[in-house]
Parts: sequence; structure tokens; C-alpha cells
Amino acid sequence: MQTGDSALTPQRIGVPREVFPGEKRVATVPDVVTKLVKLGFSVVIERGAGELADLSDEAYVEAGASIAPGAAELWNGCDIVFKVRPPTADEVALMHAGQTLIGFVWPAQNPELMQQLAAKKVTVLSIDALPRTLSRAQKMDALTSMAGVSGYRAVVEAANAFGRFFNGQITAAGKVPPAKVFIAGAGVAGLAAIGAAASLGAIVRANDTRAEVADQVVSLGGEFVKVDYEEEGSGGGGYAKVMSEGFQAAQREMYAQQAKECDIIITTALIPGKPAPRLITAEMVRSMKPGSVIVDMAAEQGGNCELTEPGKAVVKHGVTIVGYTDLASRMARQSSTLYGTNLFRLAEELCKTKDGVINVNMQDDAIRGLTVIKDGEITWPAPPLAPAAPKPAAKPAAAVVEKKGGHGHGSTGPMSVKTLAVVFGVGALVFWAIGAAAPAAFLGHFTVFVLACFIGYMVVWNVTPALHTPLMSVTNAISSIIVIGALVQILPPEAGSNGRPDQLIQWLAFAGIVLTAVNMFGGFAVTRRMLAMFRK
Amino acid sequence: MSSSLASVAYLGAAILFILSLGGLSNPESSRRGNLYGIIGMTLAVIATIVGPRVAAGGIPWIVGALVIGGGLGLYAAKTVKMTQMPELVALMHSLVGLAACLVGFASYVDTSIQFSGAEKAIHEVEIYVGILIGAVTFSGSLIAFGKLNGKIGGKPLLLPARHWLNLTALLVVVWFGREFLNAHDVQSGMTPLIVMTVIALLFGIHMVMAIGGADMPVVVSMLNSYSGWAAAATGFMLNNDLLIVTGALVGSSGAILSYIMCNAMNRNFISVIAGGFGSGAGKPAAKADGAAAEPQGEVVPVLAHETAELLRDAKSVIIVPGYGMAVAQAQHTVNEITKTLRDKGVTVRFGIHPVAGRMPGHMNVLLAEAKVPYDIVLEMDEINDDFGDTDVAMVIGANDIVNPAAQDDPTSPIAGMPVLEVWKARTSIVMKRSMASGYAGVDNPLFYKDNNRMLFGDAKKMLDEVLVALKA
Repeated sequence: MQTGDSALTPQRIGVPREVFPGEKRVATVPDVVTKLVKLGFSVVIERGAGELADLSDEAYVEAGASIAPGAAELWNGCDIVFKVRPPTADEVALMHAGQTLIGFVWPAQNPELMQQLAAKKVTVLSIDALPRTLSRAQKMDALTSMAGVSGYRAVVEAANAFGRFFNGQITAAGKVPPAKVFIAGAGVAGLAAIGAAASLGAIVRANDTRAEVADQVVSLGGEFVKVDYEEEGSGGGGYAKVMSEGFQAAQREMYAQQAKECDIIITTALIPGKPAPRLITAEMVRSMKPGSVIVDMAAEQGGNCELTEPGKAVVKHGVTIVGYTDLASRMARQSSTLYGTNLFRLAEELCKTKDGVINVNMQDDAIRGLTVIKDGEITWPAPPLAPAAPKPAAKPAAAVVEKKGGHGHGSTGPMSVKTLAVVFGVGALVFWAIGAAAPAAFLGHFTVFVLACFIGYMVVWNVTPALHTPLMSVTNAISSIIVIGALVQILPPEAGSNGRPDQLIQWLAFAGIVLTAVNMFGGFAVTRRMLAMFRK
Repeated sequence: MSSSLASVAYLGAAILFILSLGGLSNPESSRRGNLYGIIGMTLAVIATIVGPRVAAGGIPWIVGALVIGGGLGLYAAKTVKMTQMPELVALMHSLVGLAACLVGFASYVDTSIQFSGAEKAIHEVEIYVGILIGAVTFSGSLIAFGKLNGKIGGKPLLLPARHWLNLTALLVVVWFGREFLNAHDVQSGMTPLIVMTVIALLFGIHMVMAIGGADMPVVVSMLNSYSGWAAAATGFMLNNDLLIVTGALVGSSGAILSYIMCNAMNRNFISVIAGGFGSGAGKPAAKADGAAAEPQGEVVPVLAHETAELLRDAKSVIIVPGYGMAVAQAQHTVNEITKTLRDKGVTVRFGIHPVAGRMPGHMNVLLAEAKVPYDIVLEMDEINDDFGDTDVAMVIGANDIVNPAAQDDPTSPIAGMPVLEVWKARTSIVMKRSMASGYAGVDNPLFYKDNNRMLFGDAKKMLDEVLVALKA
């Protein structure tokens, strides 16, 4: 399908309505349709596909899409399908050989689906299989954009269930303390939650087993809570790994402490391919203040909290425990826009020629990783990437580089006593030599010269670096003071005496005056021109 | 006018020159500073003309010369483009050098004033040294001028055993100096003087030829310094304190600028001033190391409209201009973009590296020409800590001055050079014509960083496109 005849006709992208119960998202939005059309594709949308995300069919048509009346027409009539959720058995049945499916497929969790798709001789790009460590792939990273939406929504859900203000207020009726929010896990979702909670005015604390995220937590307005135990928790690829027993004990202690102090806990801890770690025990829930809220974003993988019921919000021991698994879908318009943009970025990568025909280039690391089925052949999992770029040289090197550009006086600090002694010693010797040999007239000039050097030194250090070019042109103009040398030679009172070659000297001096005059007038004029340009 | 009155006028001129340099401490007082300089110069020239040392018959000659030279100078000042400032300054240095030579020769052949004993020796040493410095300044500046306007290639010309060559030249100059002092009359002294002048000219050429394009800030300010010393030497020769004072001012100003430039490139000041350029020899070897440690990773290219999007979404932007902006004459577009962004409420500032461009302060002048307000144009030390809080850092035609290898890679040829830390910004955008490495021949790991984007193409053209996209 990607070769031969289709190379001439642009391909058609179809976006069906999501059939999963409760799913409100849609795989593209009108803004993105415009961009896809610019890439040369034609786009067809199933009637009502964007309805639940507040996107009308009219908006899609206006953006350049056509509307298919039903699922069967849509699946039949397109070359590429953009989806959010993995296709159902019914949807797979509608596919035809050579078609390309792009969406979340979760090949590890859905082996049967993979078999069915392979049997259909289609090509499948599973957006969740994207090699996330490739920096180029970030713009296509739908997991990240969905996690960001979920993190934000988690805070909104928490605020909804929480009976108080997030920010501290001093009202006429009295003082309201700010809510304390604890966020477990500072991945993309966690960081989004930190940002959202902090901007609502809450005191935000966060923890993660990966110590390197501490700076990011702080940068979003949170406070990083350390576990009192030494162990590094990066498990490669930016994910966390399972921690040791000792660490977990220390971590539990920390969580117990936070549960007692905080009003809201949002947990986001996930370890790839493993059930979610149990961070919040029933005991901890009991220790929380009545009216507190827990939002468990790991509910789908079993939950970080022992009492979470996936898909529901329940109240236990006076604490509301929110276990929704569809947080991203609850902000359908936002998540659809982000997801649609991710897919558009992928389309760009697939269609570098911008002629509306995709090329699944298996040589490209990002596309190789995404492609889980190629023309009916299962290509998942992709071979591991070549190791990422080695970190450029170790940090200690930074110590070498403490040398600062020396603007302004004394930025280099005073000289050491030893150097100073040498400088004074040499200076004394030079002065002694000059004093011993030179006649008095010379010494007068010499005094002037040395003092002028010092004045120049003091004055020029005060010049602002922005004016260094004018400084050069003005000193240049001033150095044409040499003209005096030529002036006094052109026709001095002694001319003609003592066999002086008047003619020769006069011409030399004349040339000297011309040259210095160029410099003098030109230098001052250009400085003036330059300085006039400096304005606030 | 009596000679005492002339001396007092000279003193006044010297004071005005000092005030003139002092005025440059900030842009507001700088215009007045320039005026002081003009008044000082006028005072000195008039005092000399009406003074006892010029007979009335010389005045037509002087006026004629001033008119010719002044006309040329004013014309050049009016027509020069701001991007050509370094060339103009280099050319003007050469004029000072040549004038110093001419005055030196004229003074030597002048037999009307007779010295004897130590005074004669000192006078002749002064002539010899004055012509030496003048000649080096003249030829060196001409070569610098050629390199800056592209008539001579920017690549350093490294002759084999060039340090020995320089040393030999120095010894020959000293030997002929002895010959010159021992000469009994003008005729016999002329030969060593001319030989020395030729050697000095060749030395000046050789010295600047051995320096690459991006080291030009050091060279230009060094030649500035030399032209000052030439004036001071002439002052000694003619027993004129005003020349000595002015020469010393200019000389130390140039020396300080060279020192600042050297610091900014982490090069040794002494070796540069002496024309030694010791680090030049180490460079090709270091280059090989650099190639071995070539950074790996993905380079992410972006298009102009994506750049515009990044800029529009940013709250704070820092623009880092380099020589590439001057070459592409893009400063006006940069100002337009700055204005558009500022109108949209984006904080835009500029970060200037001391050696950005081809002479000290080059970027500041270009931005001022484009009417960028100077209070948003900041020096490296002022702005380097702010990159962490910046959304977008846009690098226009600069490379080595934003190379993180200078900080993290001790084996890099530019290790230890202070650099603008653009990679600390949330996103950095580098505008470049291609992936070619910078002057130092070092690959730049910045380009491979996750948060870096590359906008390839001619800076002017790309910025125009960005501007159109911003306004759309």
C-alpha cells in the first residue's frame, strides 16, 4: 500500500469514534486536521467522533475534513486510522490488508489483539511503544502528554472532593490555613500535579525514588521530601525501579509521617511491567484527618493505596479515595488536542516528503520502535536502541573552569605577595637603570609617561563593556595627536638652518598631517555617529 | 603665542582627553565625552599652529593637509556600515602607524636641532623605537583590515619555525639599532634605519597573518594599544608631553581591552601582547582530540514558524548574537522581532560575550544601530545566572561562545573559556548556516542537547521568516 500506485494518490486518514465505554477523547481535532491537510493527506472523520470532546462535525468540515456517516464506511474508506484506545474485535474485523493503524495498542498487555491484527495483514504503530529516550521522539510522546493532563486533572478531582480552600486566606471571618498536598512520584503526571496544586496556592511536597528529579520538583513550586536512606532509584529509560527492603522501610516511615500531616495525597508511582507499589496502607489512611482526599492515579495497575477501588471514588475512614482510571478522558478536549498533535508530529516523521504518503521507515529508530506490526508481521518488541550518547565528561572538570571574564576592577582578586614582590623588584631595577643613565630632561617626560599610563589604566577600567567599540574609535581619533609632531616639522623657525632638508621634511610632514587628519576627523565623526545610536 | 601658553593649552587638551575617556563609563555621558575629545584635539592643533614652533608660511600647507585628510575621514565615517566598524578601526590604526613612521623619519633627517652625548643617544633610540612601533602598527593593521573585510583569508598562516623567525627579526633589529646609534651622520644612519623599518613591516605582517579570524578582537585592541605607544614614542622624540600623555592613555586603553579579550577567551595575555601566540601551535593537536570526543546524539532541526511559536509562548527570551549576525546584517530584523515580542509582553534581553564579533563591543554597536535599547543589552557576567529562569535562549550566528565543552570537557581546546550558559534555558535555539564547527574547530555538544533546536539557514532570511510568522 505504501508503494507503487498509492505513491501517486495522497493517502486518507480516518478518525473513528472511540467505542470504549466512557471514552470521550478523539484522535484528532480540527486544528490538527488543517495541519494534516497541509502535509498532503485527506482526512475523514466519523460522524460525532468529537462530540464528547465538544468538537462538532462542522468544525472538522471547516478545517478541511470530510465526514463518514458510520464506522463501516470510515474503516473501509481510509488508508490510515488514527485511534486512541486499542481497537475492539469488531473494529479489527473492519480493517483491510495494507491499512495502517496508529494509536495506543499496548502490545504487551494485548497479545490476542496483536494476533488478530497480524492476521489482517495490516501495519500497526503503537504510540505507547515509542522509544521515549530519543529526544527527537518527545514531540510524539503521547504517554507524556496524557500523563500531564491526568496529573492536572487529579488535582482538580482532589480539589472537588476536598471541602476547603487550597490557598491560605486571611478573611474578615478569620484565617484559613493553606492545604498541604503530598505527591508521591514526580514523573510527568506527578510534576503536572505539583504545578497545578502549587498554582492553586497549596503547600506542595513531593517524593520520588529518583533523586535527580528534586530540582524539577522545586522548580514547579514544590518541596522535595527525601527518604532517609541512601539508594539510587533510576531504573534506566527515565523510569523508576523496585527498591531494596531497607529503602522501602524508610520510605514507609516517611509516607506515614506525610499521611498524618497532609490533607491531600496524590499518588502516581508506577514501575513498568509490575503492579503499582503499595505506598499508602489502610493504617496510614486511618491516620489521616477526616475530610482528607487521596487521588490514586495508579488505580488501573492495582493502586498505590491499599483501599483504592479502581474506577470509583469511595469514602473510607472519613477519607475520600479517588480511583478514577479515566482522568485524561475527563478532560477530553485538552487531551484530544495534545494527543492529536502528537499523532500529527508522528505523521510528519512518517511523511517527510509532505506529499500525503507515509513511509514506515524501519531504519529510523523512533519509527522502528513504534512499529509493532509491519504488513502483518509482528515486529514487537523492537531491538533495544544503541546506547544513548555518553554523558560528556565527568563533572569534576567544572572546577577547572572557575576563571571569570575580568570586567571591572579587582575581579581577579589581589596579586599574591610573591608576584607582587617580583613586580616591585623588577620595577625598582628598571627605575634604577633609567635614573642612573638618563639625563634630567628625559626623566621629566618619563615621569609624565608613567603617570599617564596609570591614569589611562584607572579611567579605562571604568568604561562599560558595551562602549568598547566607541572607546576604540575615540582612542584612535585621539591618537592622531601625532599630528602635532608633523605640525611642528612642517615649517619651524629653524627651517633653512644647518643644512636641514626642508623640502623633504615638509612633504613628509604634509603626508603625516593628511593621514592623521583622516584619523582625527573620521574617528571623532564615527564615534559620534555610534554614540548617537545608543539609546534607552 | 608664547611657548608657555602653548604648554598650558597642551595641558588643557590632555585633561580633556582624560575626561573624554572617562565619559565612556556610561552611554549617557559618552556623547559629552566625545565632545571633550573634539575640543581637546582642536585646542591642541590650534595651540600648535599659532605657537612658536610653526612659522606663518606653514599655515597654508597645514590647512591644505587638514582639508584633504579631514574630508576623506568624514566621508569614511559617514558611509561606513556599522558591520564594517572593525575594518575601519583597523585601517585607522594603520594610518596612525604610518604617520608615526613619517614623523620619525622627518625628525631624523632634521639637522637643525643638534644633540650630543647621552641626549643624542636617547633621542636616536626614541626615533628608532618610534619608527619600529609605527611600522609594526602600520603593516599589522593593514593585514588586520584585509582579514576583517575578507580580502585576506581568515585562516591563520603558520610558517614553520615562526617563533625562531620572530626571534631572529628581533635580534637583527637590535643589531641594526646599535649600528644606527654608532652612525656619525644622517647618511650612514639611514641604511640601518631603513633595514629596520622593512623588518618591522614584515614582522607586523607575519604577526597578524598568524592569527585566525575569531582572535581578531585581541589583535584589533592590541594594534590600538600599539598605535598609542607609537604616539608616546613620538612624544619622547619631540619632547612633547601632550603626545606622551595621549599616547600613554591610548596605549593603556588598548592594553586593557586586549587583556579583557584574552580573559574572555582564556588565552595568555603576555603571549598575545608579545605577538607570541604560543597557544596557536597547540591548536591543531588539540583539534584531533576534539574529534575523538565528538559528542553524539540527535540534532533537532526546526523551521522558522516553529521558532516563532516557541518565542511567542515564552515569557522570557535571551538573544545571544555572534559574528554570524553581523555577517548576515540581521541586526534590524532582530530589533523588529524584539519589539514585536516586547509588545506581546515577552521579556527580551540580549547576552553579549566579550569576544562576540570581531572587535570589543562590536555586538553592542550593531544592536544600538538597530535601535535596540541599551538597557536590555547585558554583559555575560550580568546575565549568565539568569538562563535558568529563561524560556527560550536564541543564539544567532555564534558557536564557541556558547559551547558547554568549555565547562565540562577539560580536554577541549577551549576548556576554561567563559561561555554563555544558554543550555540552562528551557529551550535553546541555535541559528546557523550548517553544522560546521566554529572558529576553534571544536564540535559543540550544545547542538545535541535534548532542549536544543537548530534553525538552519542564513540568519537574515530565517529571522525575516520568524518575524513574519510572529506577526501573523
